[in-house]
Amino acid sequence: MIGLTAQTGRIFLTFCSFIGELIIFCVRVFANILTPPFYMRAFFSSLIHIGWLSLPVVGITAFFTGGALALQIYAGGARFNAEEVVPSIVAIGMVRELGPVLGGLMVAARVASSIAAEIGTMKVTEQIDALSTLSTDPIKYLVVPRLIAAFLTVPLLVGVGDSIGILGGYVVGVTQLEFNNTIYLINSINYLELWDILSGLVKGAVFGCIIALMGCFFGMRCEKGARGVGQATKSAVVSASVLILAANYFLTEAFFTS
Amino acid sequence: MIDVSNVYKSFGQNHVLKGVNLKVHDGKSMVIIGASGQGKSVILKCLLGLTKPNSGKILLNGVDPNSAQKNIILSKVGMLFQGGALFDSLPIWQNVAFRYLHGKQKINASEARKIAIKKLERVGLEKSFADNFPSQLSGGMQKRVALARAIATQPEIIFFDEPTTGLDPIMAQVINNLIRELVVELGVTAVTITHDIQSVRSIADEVAFLHNGVIQWTGYLNQLDKSNNKYLKQFMAGSTDGPIGTLR
Ligand SMILES: Nc1ncnc2c1ncn2[C@@H]1O[C@H](COP(=O)(O)OP(=O)(O)OP(=O)(O)O)[C@@H](O)[C@H]1O
Ligand SMILES: [Mg+2]
Repeated sequence: MIGLTAQTGRIFLTFCSFIGELIIFCVRVFANILTPPFYMRAFFSSLIHIGWLSLPVVGITAFFTGGALALQIYAGGARFNAEEVVPSIVAIGMVRELGPVLGGLMVAARVASSIAAEIGTMKVTEQIDALSTLSTDPIKYLVVPRLIAAFLTVPLLVGVGDSIGILGGYVVGVTQLEFNNTIYLINSINYLELWDILSGLVKGAVFGCIIALMGCFFGMRCEKGARGVGQATKSAVVSASVLILAANYFLTEAFFTS
Repeated sequence: MIDVSNVYKSFGQNHVLKGVNLKVHDGKSMVIIGASGQGKSVILKCLLGLTKPNSGKILLNGVDPNSAQKNIILSKVGMLFQGGALFDSLPIWQNVAFRYLHGKQKINASEARKIAIKKLERVGLEKSFADNFPSQLSGGMQKRVALARAIATQPEIIFFDEPTTGLDPIMAQVINNLIRELVVELGVTAVTITHDIQSVRSIADEVAFLHNGVIQWTGYLNQLDKSNNKYLKQFMAGSTDGPIGTLR
C-alpha cells in the first residue's frame, strides 16, 4: 500500500516536472522569436520540409476522406429522404473539422517525428553543444525557424486539403451517386460560410505550432543512444496527436458554441 | 587565463569531479591526462558552460562561462569535441566556416569558403573534400574537419578533446605540430586532453593528471617522468599492476 502511494507520488512529481520543463521551453522559444538574429536559410528549408513535402500525404488523405464522407452522408441521408444534403455537408464537414484534424494528424506523423529524430540525433552526437560553443543559440537556430514555418504552412495545407476533400466528394457524388455535376458544385458552395473556412485555417495554425513545438521539445531533451532517439520520436508524435485532438475540441467549442 | 577552483560535479550517484583545481596561463599549453572515464571530457564541458558544476568556480579570462555573460567569452573560444560533433546536414566547408556564415562574425559566403579551404589544408585535407558531407568522410578525416572548425576564427583559447585519436602516426604528428604552432606563434591558450604520450611530449608546456576526481599531479613537461605519484607512475608506465584498477 505504501509502495503504491510512493509510486503514484513519484509519477505525479515526474509529471509535474515534465510540465514545468515544457512551459519553460515554450517561454524560451517565444522569447527568442522576438529577438534577432533570424536564420533565413533554416526557415526556407523548413518551409519546404514541413509544407511542400507534406502536400502529397495531406492531399491523398483528404481526397479519400471526402469520397468516403459523401458515401456515408448519402447512405445516412437516404434514411429520411435527404440525399440532396450530400454536397453541402461534405463541404462543411471537410472545412470545419476533417480537413484541419486529419491534415494536422498526418503532418504530425510526418513532421513531428522527423523534427524529433533530427534534433534528437543532433543532441546525442553533441551537435547541439557544438552550436552553443559556436555562439549560436540552438533555440534560435533549430526551433524558431521550424515553429514559424509550421505556423504558416499547416493552415495552407489545411486549405489545400479542404479543396481536395471537397473534390473527392464531388468525384464520388457524380460518378457513384448520380448527382448532376453543376448542382453538386453549386450546393457545395452555397451553404458554406466564410467563418467555416477561416475557423479551419485558424485550427491549422494552432496545430502547426503544436507539431513543431512537440517535435523540437522531445528532440532537445532526447537521451543518449538510438533508443533515446526512438523514444523521443514516439513521444513527439503521440503527444502532438493527442494535443491536436484536445485543442480541436476546445477550439471548436470556442468557435461554434455561443 | 583559465582558473578552475574546487569544482565538483556529479551525475546522480556518480561523483565524477571531487574538487578540481587547475590554472592555465595565457599563451601556454596545458595537457590533461588520465585514465578513461575519469571525467576529462566533463571538465571541458564545464569550462564551456555546457554542463553546470554542482559547486566551485570557473573563470575564463575573468568571465564565468556559466553566467549570462558567457557569450562574451565563447566568441573567443574554440572547441574540438571528442566525437567531432560535425553538423551532418551541412557540407564540410560550411561546418568549418560556420561562424563566418552565421551570427556576429558573418562575412560573405565566398570569402568564408576561401578561409574554410585554407583551414582544411592546415589539417591536411585537400580542398576537393570541401563540398562533401561529414558522413562521406572517414573517422580520422571527420576529426580533422572538426579541428579545422575549432581553429577557424582564430580563437584566444582552444580546447582539444583527444585531437589525435583515430589518426595515423604521421597525421597525428601533423596535428601535434599544428597545436604547438598555434600556441607558440599565435599565443593561443590551449587545453588538450589526450591518451597519446607522444602527443603529450609534443604539445605540452604543463601537464595535469586527473584521477579519482581530483588533479593528482601537475607540473612542467620535463618533470613528468620524475614524479613520485603512484597513480601517475603506473599511468606513464602503462602497467596493469598498481593502484589504478583495470575494471572501470
Ligand atoms: N551527461 C552525462 N550523464 C551522466 N553521466 C555522465 C555524463 N557525461 C559523463 N558522464 C559520466 O562521467 C564520467 C566521466 O566521463 P568523461 O566522458 O568525462 O570521461 P573521460 O575522462 O573523458 O574518458 P575518455 O578518456 O574515455 O574519454 C563517466 O563515468 C561518465 O559515465
Ligand atoms: Mg573523454
